[in-house]
Amino acid sequence: MQSYSLVRDLTKTLIGIIVVGLLLFPLYWMLNASLQPRTALLAAVPSWFPNPPIFSGYENAFATQGQSILTSCFVAVSSSLLSLVIAAPCAFALVTFRMRWATILIFALLLVQMIPNIVMANSLYTVFARANWLNTYQALILSDASLSCPFAILLIRAFMVTLPRTLTEAALVDGATYWGAFFRVILPLSRNGIVTAGLFCFLFAWSDFLYALTLSTKQKIVPITLSLYQFIGSHGTDWTSLMATAVLASLPPIILLLVGQRQIAAGLMGGAVKE
Amino acid sequence: MLRLRWMRRKLRQPESKDLAVIDSIKAPDAVSVRRNTYVWTRRLLPWTFMAPAIAFLLFMFAYPLFSNVQMSVQHVTVGSFLTGIADYVGFDNYVDLFHDPLFLSSLQRTAVFTVFSIAGQMSIGMGLALFFWRAFPLSTALRALMLVPWLLPLVVSATIWQWMFDLDSGVINYVLTSLNIVPDRVPWITSVSFAMIATVITNIWVGIPFSMAVFYSGLQSLPREILEAAELDGASKWQRFWMVILPMLGPLTGIVFTLSVTYTVKVFDLIFILTGGGPANATQTLATYAYQRSFRNFDWGHGAAIGNILILIALGFAYFYLRSYRQSLQKEGAD
Repeated sequence: MQSYSLVRDLTKTLIGIIVVGLLLFPLYWMLNASLQPRTALLAAVPSWFPNPPIFSGYENAFATQGQSILTSCFVAVSSSLLSLVIAAPCAFALVTFRMRWATILIFALLLVQMIPNIVMANSLYTVFARANWLNTYQALILSDASLSCPFAILLIRAFMVTLPRTLTEAALVDGATYWGAFFRVILPLSRNGIVTAGLFCFLFAWSDFLYALTLSTKQKIVPITLSLYQFIGSHGTDWTSLMATAVLASLPPIILLLVGQRQIAAGLMGGAVKE
Repeated sequence: MLRLRWMRRKLRQPESKDLAVIDSIKAPDAVSVRRNTYVWTRRLLPWTFMAPAIAFLLFMFAYPLFSNVQMSVQHVTVGSFLTGIADYVGFDNYVDLFHDPLFLSSLQRTAVFTVFSIAGQMSIGMGLALFFWRAFPLSTALRALMLVPWLLPLVVSATIWQWMFDLDSGVINYVLTSLNIVPDRVPWITSVSFAMIATVITNIWVGIPFSMAVFYSGLQSLPREILEAAELDGASKWQRFWMVILPMLGPLTGIVFTLSVTYTVKVFDLIFILTGGGPANATQTLATYAYQRSFRNFDWGHGAAIGNILILIALGFAYFYLRSYRQSLQKEGAD
């Protein structure tokens, strides 16, 4: 009986590895292509392993994409910080004060997340064109923050709801103001929720392509996603460097998943589905 | 007067534990002035926390969307941006669209893209969730790995699939021809008849992790007793799935469905990179068509009108999601 269930378990593990292997095959294929010379990539029979691996693609990618990676980092970090600074106090208010407005605001936050990005890009372009803000960092940072801020408010709120209400009340009885209770009691206790929200804000901004495409018309601000797209156009068949660039662009999400796996799985649930 | 209104509101909320309610009812006249300022700060206090968020929402959503509606009833050209003048044309832009064959076919293709993507994502996601339901060695690690496609920038996913779908050097054609599944290499991206299939496959791949993760968490919360009872009563695996598990997951399935619809109708990056809406508009959906009208043809009026129609479609489905969200909020309030 014991050995039967062990065999069954191991069979499941084996099937699981095959299934996950198939699902993640495109990622392996990207890595594989990034380490092969052009001639091997265009051969009639593909090489399943880079033999031997070459790194010219990465040298090329670092040489041409360094600036874009820095741009992406700067924009993503700034817009995440902006999102969190706006989101955390708002989430606290939604949890602490019982107002009829709170429900309306929550619904507004859910709704704006469902507005197609292309519509937002269209509208934001005209707004920023009027303000003469096209091709500026602030326009891109604000737009990327609009991708993540509503999500961050809901996520941090879902986290703060789980903290006992008596914590704030105790702080108030001890003579703290609401802002004091927020900064010294609730904010430190919500650290996990805020880190999770921050991870997602960073990912949203890092992955953004549409705002980068539409709000920069002069090639002045080129994040890695836009750069990758332009690479396809200009180096059509240099798949080695293209795939090396794609690997660089996917590193931050993969690193974040490895570091914050638990948080990300929780965030996936917290923001999207309320039990 | 204001204070009375405030008191009435407070009294209508029996769950409020605020001692100030009782105080203010019996407030002696001598302190009523101080109480008034107290009431005012209490009323304004929440807004000091929410002001940045509300300002952000107004500036980044309300105002742009308002100007989008405004543009959709105007004849907007490149010159309009310079002069700020655009003629009011009423609903002409919308009327034009419903006589535009490309708009109508884009609408149709959006529906096809959405239906097939969601059918694929949800069924594969559910299958994987069932497979991972009962833990086995390494199952947690494998589940975590499966989230990667969902976190990847869509630009990267689309680039990889473009490479895999490549006519001459793509691995998909190599495998299909080596196994004799197809006689000749398939022009996935470059042919009118296959481009839509290629985009749907790519989009399914991107969406599987999300539906799997949500269904998995739903399965975890099912009550064990009912499942065991069904098993004891001799229900087969198949019967248990269709007659016990699926009905119990009903509400969750509805949420995954509506979220997937609102996500899928707006897919832009993926199609734009993979096929650019082509060849010959074979993968042009409302999102890419709106982009083309606005940013390629500089025809902002029609672009805005397409966008507004897209919003209506997304929000139509969102209604069901919001209704279930509201129920969960009310439950939360009752605790």
